[in-house]
This record gives sequence, C-alpha cells and structure tokens, in this order.
Amino acid sequence: MNLESFLLMRSEIGLLAILILLIIFEIFSNKKQKAAVIPFALVLLAINTALGFLPLASGELFGGMFKTNALLYFFKTTLSLGVLILLLQSADWLKEKVVDENKASEFFMLIISSLLGTYFMISAGDFLMFYLGLELATLPVAALVAYDTYKRVSAEGAVKYILSSALASGAALFGISLLYATTGTIYFDSMAEILTSSNLSILAFVFFFSGLAFKISLAPFHFWTADVYEGAPINVASYLSVISKGAAALILMILLFTVFKPLIEVWHKIIYIVIIATMFIGNLFAIRQQNLKRFLAYSSIAQAGFILLGLMSVDNLGTATIVYFVAVYIFSNLGAFGVVQAISSFSNKENINDYEGLYRTNPKLSLLMMLALFSLAGIPPLAGFFGKFFLYTAAASQGYYILVFIAVVNATISLYYYLLVVRAMFLRQSDTAIPYFRSPVYMRLGLILAAIGILVAGVYSPIYDYIFSISNTFLN
Amino acid sequence: MDILSLFVVVPVLIVLALSFFAKDLKQARLISVVGMGIQFAMSINLIFAYLKERAVNTGIMVFTKDVVWYETFNIHYSIGVDAISVVMIALTAVVLLAGIFISWKIDDLPKEFFISLIALSSGVFGFFISTDLFTMFVFYEIAVIPMYLLIGIWGSGPKEHSAMKLTLMLMGASAVLSVGILGIYFNSNADGGALTFNIFEIAQVNIPEAAQNIFFPLTFIGFAVIGALFPFHTWSPSGHASAPTAVSMLHAGVLMKLGGYGVFRIAMYLLPVGALNWSDFFLVLAAFGVIYGAFGAIMQKDLKYVNAYASVSHLSLVLFALLMYNKTAWTGAIIQSLSHGLLTAMFFALIGMVYGRTHTREITKLGGIMKVLPFIGAIYVITGLAYLGLPGFSGFVAEMTIFVGAFQHPDMFRRILTIVVVSSIVVTAVYILRMVGKIMMGPLSNEEYKDLPKATWFEKTGLILLLIPVVMIGVLPLGLSEMLKESIQPFLERLL
Repeated sequence: MNLESFLLMRSEIGLLAILILLIIFEIFSNKKQKAAVIPFALVLLAINTALGFLPLASGELFGGMFKTNALLYFFKTTLSLGVLILLLQSADWLKEKVVDENKASEFFMLIISSLLGTYFMISAGDFLMFYLGLELATLPVAALVAYDTYKRVSAEGAVKYILSSALASGAALFGISLLYATTGTIYFDSMAEILTSSNLSILAFVFFFSGLAFKISLAPFHFWTADVYEGAPINVASYLSVISKGAAALILMILLFTVFKPLIEVWHKIIYIVIIATMFIGNLFAIRQQNLKRFLAYSSIAQAGFILLGLMSVDNLGTATIVYFVAVYIFSNLGAFGVVQAISSFSNKENINDYEGLYRTNPKLSLLMMLALFSLAGIPPLAGFFGKFFLYTAAASQGYYILVFIAVVNATISLYYYLLVVRAMFLRQSDTAIPYFRSPVYMRLGLILAAIGILVAGVYSPIYDYIFSISNTFLN
Repeated sequence: MDILSLFVVVPVLIVLALSFFAKDLKQARLISVVGMGIQFAMSINLIFAYLKERAVNTGIMVFTKDVVWYETFNIHYSIGVDAISVVMIALTAVVLLAGIFISWKIDDLPKEFFISLIALSSGVFGFFISTDLFTMFVFYEIAVIPMYLLIGIWGSGPKEHSAMKLTLMLMGASAVLSVGILGIYFNSNADGGALTFNIFEIAQVNIPEAAQNIFFPLTFIGFAVIGALFPFHTWSPSGHASAPTAVSMLHAGVLMKLGGYGVFRIAMYLLPVGALNWSDFFLVLAAFGVIYGAFGAIMQKDLKYVNAYASVSHLSLVLFALLMYNKTAWTGAIIQSLSHGLLTAMFFALIGMVYGRTHTREITKLGGIMKVLPFIGAIYVITGLAYLGLPGFSGFVAEMTIFVGAFQHPDMFRRILTIVVVSSIVVTAVYILRMVGKIMMGPLSNEEYKDLPKATWFEKTGLILLLIPVVMIGVLPLGLSEMLKESIQPFLERLL
C-alpha cells in the first residue's frame, strides 16, 4: 500500500483536517476572535464540498475494511453539501452562542465528527468499520441534541436519544455477532458468498435490521423521533432528519442488496410490511401535530417509508431512485427546516397557528416554505415529484402495484397536512402575524441553496441520469 | 422555438414578468392581458396553421417535436397536436382571456391572483400538446395544484373547506392515475420492444388483456374524476361555488375537460380491450351522472350551485358519449366539451357580475334584473337558451350529435340508456328556464337594485369574446365537425 492510495479517503481526510484546524483555531484564538470560527468553518467545509465534485477513483483500503466507489463518493458529496446548507442556516443562531456561552466551535466539531462517522459507515467494507462509523455518527448527535443546555426539553430529548440509540446499537451488534456466528466472517464480500437462509441468519438479520431501522426511524422503531426533534435545536433536528437518516438508508440499501441478498425472500416481506406501517403511522400522526418540529418529524418518518420503496427493486433502478430521492429529500427538508429556523430565531414561534398570515408579512419565506412542502408532497415541477415518481417506478418494475397504490394513497394523505401549513401561511389572515423581518446573510444563502436544489434537481434530468450511470458501481 | 412549445413558454414568461415587474393591480392586469392576448392570437393562428399543415401532413399528430428528457426511463418531452387538441387550446385561450377581463377589478393580492391563474394555464396548455404520458401527467398536476390557492385565497363562503376537498380529490385521482400510467408503462414492452411513455408507440403494442382490465379502470377513474364522473363529482359543486368568478370559469370551462380528453387520448386509446370490457359499467355511471346532475341542479337555490350541478350533468354526457365508441358520438363529445366550456364560463361570468352588484346568489332573492342591467340580462337569457340546446347555438349542435351517435348503436342496452339520458334535456330546460325567468323577468325583487351599475367595458369584452365562438359553432358546425372527424378516425380504429 502506498501513500497515494490514501487519497481514496480524500473526503474523510478533508473532514479530519477541518476538525484539526478547528481545534487549533479554538486553542489559539482569543475571546474577541472567537466569532470568526463561523466563517472559518463554513469556508473550510465549502472547500471540502467543492473538492467533492472532482472525480475520484474506486478502490478499497485496509484489506477491504474501507471501500469507495463513484456512488458512495457522490453520496458523500451530497451529504457534505447538505451539512453546508444546514450550517449556513444555523450560523446566525450560533453567533448568539459565541457571545453568551462561547461554544460555537464545539458545534462545528461535533457535527463534522458525526458527518465523518456517516462517511465511514457508508464506506465500510466490514461490520467492524460499519459499527465504528455508526457510533461515531450517533454519539456526537446526542451531545448536539442537548445543545440548548438550559432547556429542559433539550436535555430530555438528548437522554431519550442516547438511551434508544444505545439500545438500537445493542440490537444491531447482537445481530452482527449472530451473523459472525453463522458465517465466521465480518467482511461484507465474503459474508455475501457464505450466507444462506437459515433460521439463525434470519434472526441475525432481524436484530441487525431493527438497529438500523431505529436510525432511519422506521415504524415500529420511530417512537423517539418526535420527542427528540422537538427537544433538539432546529438545526440538529434537521441534521437528524436529513443527513443521519439519508446515510442510514443508503447503508441499509447497500447491505440488503449485497450481504443479505441470499435472504431476499425474507427481507422483501419484512420491508413490504415496514413500508406500509411507516407511511401510515408517519402520515396519520403528522396530521395532528401543531408544533412544526414534531410535524416535520412525522413527515420525515413517512418519507422514510417512501425511500424504502426503492428497495423492492434489487438492481440499478432501485439504487438510483433511492440515492436520487435522498438527495432531493435533503434539499426539500432543509428548505422546510430552514424556514422554521429563520422564523423561530426571529420570533421564537414554532407552531402552525403562528404562521397564519405569514405570506402577507414575509412573502419570500412563505413561498420557499410552500415550495419545500410541495416538493415533500411530490408536486411537479419540483424535485420531490420526480423523486417519488421514480420510486414508484422502481417498485412497479417488480410488479408491486398494490404497494405503489398504498404509497400514492399516502402521498395524498401527506398532501393534506402539508396543505394545512400552506393554508395557515396563505389563506389565513391574522392581526398577530409574525411581522416582516429580513433574515441575516448566512441564512438567506442557506435558504437560496435549498431552493435552487428544489427547483433544479427535478427538471434538470442529467442529475438523475448521472446517478443511474454510477448506480451499479457497488453491486459488483 | 416551435409553434407549440410557445404555448407553455409564454405563460411561464408572463408569470416571471408578473413576479418581478408588477407592482400593483394596474400593472398586473396589463401584463396579464397583454400576455394572454398574445396567447389568444397564437391559438387563432394555430387553428389556421393546423388547417394548412393538415392538407399536406397525414400523420396523426402534426407539428411534432421530440426531445429526450430522462434517458433512463425513456421519458421524452414530445409534443404534437391534432384537431382535438387544437380546438381545446383555442378554448383554453379564449376562456382565460375572458377570465382576465372579468377579474379586472380584483383587489386582494392581484399580482398573486394572476400568477396563479396563468401558472395553472401553462399546465393546461402543456397537457393538451403533450404526446408523452409522463410529460402529460406532469402538466396535469401543474394544472391542478394552483387551484388550492385560487379558491382558498380569493374564494367566498366555506372556501378553505372547498379548496381542500377539491385539491385532495383531484390529487387523489391523479395519484390513482399514476398507478395506471405505471401499469401502461411497464406493459409497453409486451411485444418485445423497449419500455416507453410515448402514447403513439404504446398504441402499436398489444398490452395483455389481463393487464388492460386492471389498469383501464385506474386510468379511466384517474381522469374521469376531474370530468365529474358520478360518484366522484362531489368536489365540483362546492369547489365551483366557493371559487372566484374567473377561477370557476377556467375550472368548469377548461380544467374539467382535461378529464374527457385524457380518457379519450390515454385510457381508451392505449387500453382498448379494457375499455370495451368496462364500458357498460362506466356507461351506467355516466348516464346516472347526467340525470343526477340535472335533478341536482333543479333543487339548488344558489346560482353557482345550479351551474355546478348542470356542469356535472353536461360533462357526464361527454363521458357517456365517449363510451359509445362511434364517430358521431365522439365528435359530439368534443363539440360538447367546447360548447359547455364556453357556455359555463359565460354563466359563471354572468353570475359573478350579478353577485358583484347585488351581493347575493340566491335565486329567491333576485328578480327583474333585466330591467336594471339590460346587457347582462340579455346575455344571460341567450346563454340560458344556448345551454338548454336551442338551435343556432353550440349547445344544440353538441347534444344533437351526441344523441344521434349514441342511438346509432345497435345494442339494446345502449339504446335504452340513450333514451334515458335524452330525457335530461327536459330537466335541463326546467331548471334553466325557471332560473332565468325568476331572476331576470318579473318585478324587481328589491328596491335597492334600482341603481345597480351597468356593465362595464371589460365585462362586455369578456362576455362577447365567449359569445362569438358559441354562435359560430351553432351556425357553422360542419367545418368543425369535419375537422374533428378526421382526427377521431385513428383513435376509433384502435378500438374497433
């Protein structure tokens, strides 16, 4: 192994470098300079994201523990872009933290460590690396959820998150150990060759799946979601719902399509039921929510159900539609969370009722919120429509028309509650509407990037075609 | 830029111009009226260009163009028109322009109103020019969703409820439709070719009968809900009653025609065997809708509800005629779509004018309006008579053609249904004459109505724009029906 092959880990090394630079900055800056950490970290991450658009070879390191290929690399870049948008949206919220509590750089460090964890998790070539990545992705988030130290709900959310996450990790680990017991290996490649459909391996799969299902917040492992999102600062909730969930969905797909392929008969049935349960539970509970964070929590549970539709088609099509949908979903959800963040940091209001009459005072924010929600609901010409339609196509290509039918029914239910927010903003008028305000620069930049993603990612077809062209890189 | 894509591009440009340049009502309506005037001129030009092109081009569609959009799914932006789409485009352009004249004085958020209205129209135009299932579906949904804002913000009465009901029912239907479209797509390689969304390529394929029987009802219902198929018509009365005038006009006049057009172009053309197997079932529903809508209209006290139920009745007649599978009935169905589109738009416009002055739409509270508003009154009477099928206007031509065509069918079951449906004419006459007589004739019901302002120039312009084609179709129906028959032929051949 020569030094150049380390360049395969370029994205990871980039994040590590950012982490180290942040630590150095934190040590050597005086109190007045602390605020500069925000542009500093943002620029570093922007550079790292931009580097992600340069091509990278496929290959593996450390005897197959770490793998990379075009698809993973694309996905990492997308996640990095998502985190960049998210950090832009949280920059102004962090400024207060710098002044009052002097803990902005920790926020960056924690979130970038977690991102590094997700990178390692999706790039894993064996279960050890996978597990390390999973934990590195999860633990910093627990600290982030509790970031509003003096808020009781925030601490409560963090405790809930860490407890259920520990339980889920335990379940996954137990599943992994059973897998090791049946096959005698922890490497994905060799396990895929050995694994057969035995009772023990099915048991192992079920435990392992439960662990990951917690991360993606699939029903019936979704109970933590709403409480944690409500307690967490908005940007952390946003991180949980887009980055953490998207990465977990990707690794679930990779494992199901490779390692667990011998068990396809079993997991297709399980996924079938989980999809239906997740969509219905997410959608029906979302209808009743007043708090927008809880609302978006349930909506993101329902969206997770849609993501899994792509799993029904174990080929390029399934892979491409899932990756595409996750990318589109990142933009849409960041748009929605961004508006909630902007309004909350101005007025501390987070309920749907508070948004009444918003269009007349803040037309641009309302418009973006509507675009984001319509994209989540799957209305053309926004990106979400194409994402959803292609997922339906993936499921229908294997003849799962009934499942597609259930999914479209759910899409209609989801349209109802997304329209409830639109109704509050556009149809209602209120004397106590949130007055006009101008969002700070970073926030506007973050919102504009999300809006561009929502508007362009669908109509501009080369994006999907590119994903499709690289989608078979991990299958062989 | 080709002649057809402009129909989508111009509205999009107008929307952008409105968003960036319009400051107040005056500028907004000026930009809209100029833009839609161009659109209207383009549609007239398209009719002549089509006639010219038809003489030399024998393809099913003319002015075709095809650009690959999503290569992996074989999705294309492919467009083309035949006589049916040409007349539908003309109908949309004229109703839209009239609607903008009628909304001349909209005071609340004028810019947003015109943006939503024109954004909606870009979906409608795109729908009529598409020959690719996926592209068509995209445009269809674009045409439906702005309705929520249009009714919800500028409507009256229980507008939030009506808007939500309408949007959810129509989007639910389009969700069902998407399953049907996927079913067609994945069966489009039944003869061994590649998967495709192109309508005319799929029409060459013999989709297995089992699949047709499953996907025909999904596709049919998906489209027919917006065409007011009983029992899925319930969004229509409340939606139309709550919508602002121009929106009711556009919705009843144009948007509901998307249903019949989609049934004709997609469901029946691509799934002919399924269509034949299911025709009896849907015929009964359509026939019931005709009668039910007519009786429903008799019972209403609100003018807009009368018209909404009348629309259910008349559009069920379109579906009824389409399910008859013969050339005459189909020609009638398309003329009926046109005629109903124009007449119902006139009705809604007139109701809006009366309501704007008297602030009531209750039939019992109105009376003798003709005396104070002679122009509006006269047009109202003309519209009413045309609506109930007086010779010389479009309504007569349409209904006559449909019934002649429907009765041609040798099947006894269909003949009996036709006779039942024909009886709806009588019911139509009852509610139209009663309504017109009560509100227009007789003594003035309220002394305050004496000083009602006369019709303004923009109201007159809007009405006359709509009246001209009504009379033209009524007096000179032959040219139109010849033009349509030619285009219907390939679709009919596929079925029989």
